[in-house]
Amino acid sequence: MNEFINVLFVIILILNLFALGNSRILTIIRIVALQGIILGALPLFIEHHITIPLLISSVAAIILKGFVIPLIMMKALRDAQIKREVEPLIGLLPSTIFGGLVTALVFFISSQVETTNQPEVSLLIPTSFATILIGFILLITRYKAISQVLGYLVLENGIYIFSLLLIEAIPMVVEMGMLLDLFVSIFIISIITNHINKAFSSLDTRNLSSLKE
Amino acid sequence: MIQIFIHLLVLLIFPPLLPGVVNKTKALFAGRTGAPFFQLYYDIFKLMKKGMVISSTTTWVFTVAPVITLSCVLIAGLIIPIGNAPSCIFFTGDFLVFTYLFGLARFFTTAAALDTGSAFEGMGSSREVTFASLIEPALFFAFIVLVKLTGSLNLSGMVKAGSAIQYHTGSIASLVMIILGLYILFLAENSRIPVDDPNTHLELTMIHEVMVLDHSGPLLGIIEYASAMKFFVIGSILINIVISIFSITGWINYIVFIAGMLILSFVVGVTESIMARLKMSRVPSLLISSILLCGSSFIILLR
Repeated sequence: MNEFINVLFVIILILNLFALGNSRILTIIRIVALQGIILGALPLFIEHHITIPLLISSVAAIILKGFVIPLIMMKALRDAQIKREVEPLIGLLPSTIFGGLVTALVFFISSQVETTNQPEVSLLIPTSFATILIGFILLITRYKAISQVLGYLVLENGIYIFSLLLIEAIPMVVEMGMLLDLFVSIFIISIITNHINKAFSSLDTRNLSSLKE
Repeated sequence: MIQIFIHLLVLLIFPPLLPGVVNKTKALFAGRTGAPFFQLYYDIFKLMKKGMVISSTTTWVFTVAPVITLSCVLIAGLIIPIGNAPSCIFFTGDFLVFTYLFGLARFFTTAAALDTGSAFEGMGSSREVTFASLIEPALFFAFIVLVKLTGSLNLSGMVKAGSAIQYHTGSIASLVMIILGLYILFLAENSRIPVDDPNTHLELTMIHEVMVLDHSGPLLGIIEYASAMKFFVIGSILINIVISIFSITGWINYIVFIAGMLILSFVVGVTESIMARLKMSRVPSLLISSILLCGSSFIILLR
């Protein structure tokens, strides 16, 4: 079972790299959705006895991250009618290599740090930090608003993985609150994206920094 | 003794079936009936009966290259284990020989292509060599992971990674990573679809096919046979690692192995049906992703 959990963590790491290296926004949305589904299912494997609140929050996370948010984003992408290619600040290949190096660095550092972590989730902390940092890379290196939202989602996924450490301590209300926050922010961002598109006829966020009358 | 006999039998007779399975799967996806499973056997027999046309600009390198390629792949096939039995030849560090046998085969294929003096074939050789330089680090990272997991320095011991070791956390995780990395490598090395399209004869897309354009008759037959065998040999590393995770022993191993190879061919067929060939400039990033996969699995293992 522990091995299975570790395999899931590894799949999450691989999806991170694929998200960095892919050139189509639609594919990245699908990758992030898949990551969300795996994340949603993780608590069910980590926890030994499954309770009703755990099940509810897990199913809610799967539905929201795996289906609702991707659908909202696909709709935003369709409405914006933009070119579906990602325009990165640094190229796709360098950013993938950069992501790989960051992952390696995180693993190296976490092997030096003593934690009171139980062995069964030994990949949890490095995976979460690597996912957070890769989310940052996605946020920083992309110009289009939608790609930046995807970076934000990956970042949030990383934080969610870290919160799995406290899975017994977090009440269901808090978890639901987190999911609601995420949902609302994505919802608002999608609307803003539409407005950016209407105002500048592109999704390039660099336009936002130019002042004009 | 009987194991060596089975090994040779499987190695010599089985490989041309695999591309047939791949093509049948692709035909199934496209809604065609497709060529029969044994098409490649017929093709090879047909080519063996034909005469050869050899360009007057070529030297002995051109004629000798397919034979060297076939013998390199054949020796590599003797080093890999089939099923649970140890391979015919094994010694410390044979994985280095294994890797560079493919290097030698590649050298002669590209040299023969350059020997024809055609600019078109030179382009193919240049691509082949460029991508090969990206394949090698990934393969070595995968081998390092296997050596670290098993503590064995020959391929027969190495590919039994799953069953031979006392599990410690993260070993299956890193095995999954190198299986994925090796699969990308396998597709690239056998010039399958995301990297190269084996069916087209277009200037923009070809890598392997372009280098063998001038070969004809028996030489082409040998090349076809060698590339089918290469498919088998590299695939069998992958299959051996996967099988070793579920520790199966005894004679059933051979059946599981053969079934595994057929499933692998089916998976390749599915991959080819649902994916488009990558733009030539995007191929290096796919190969580098396989280096990253194998490299990070090594890092996970080290901690």
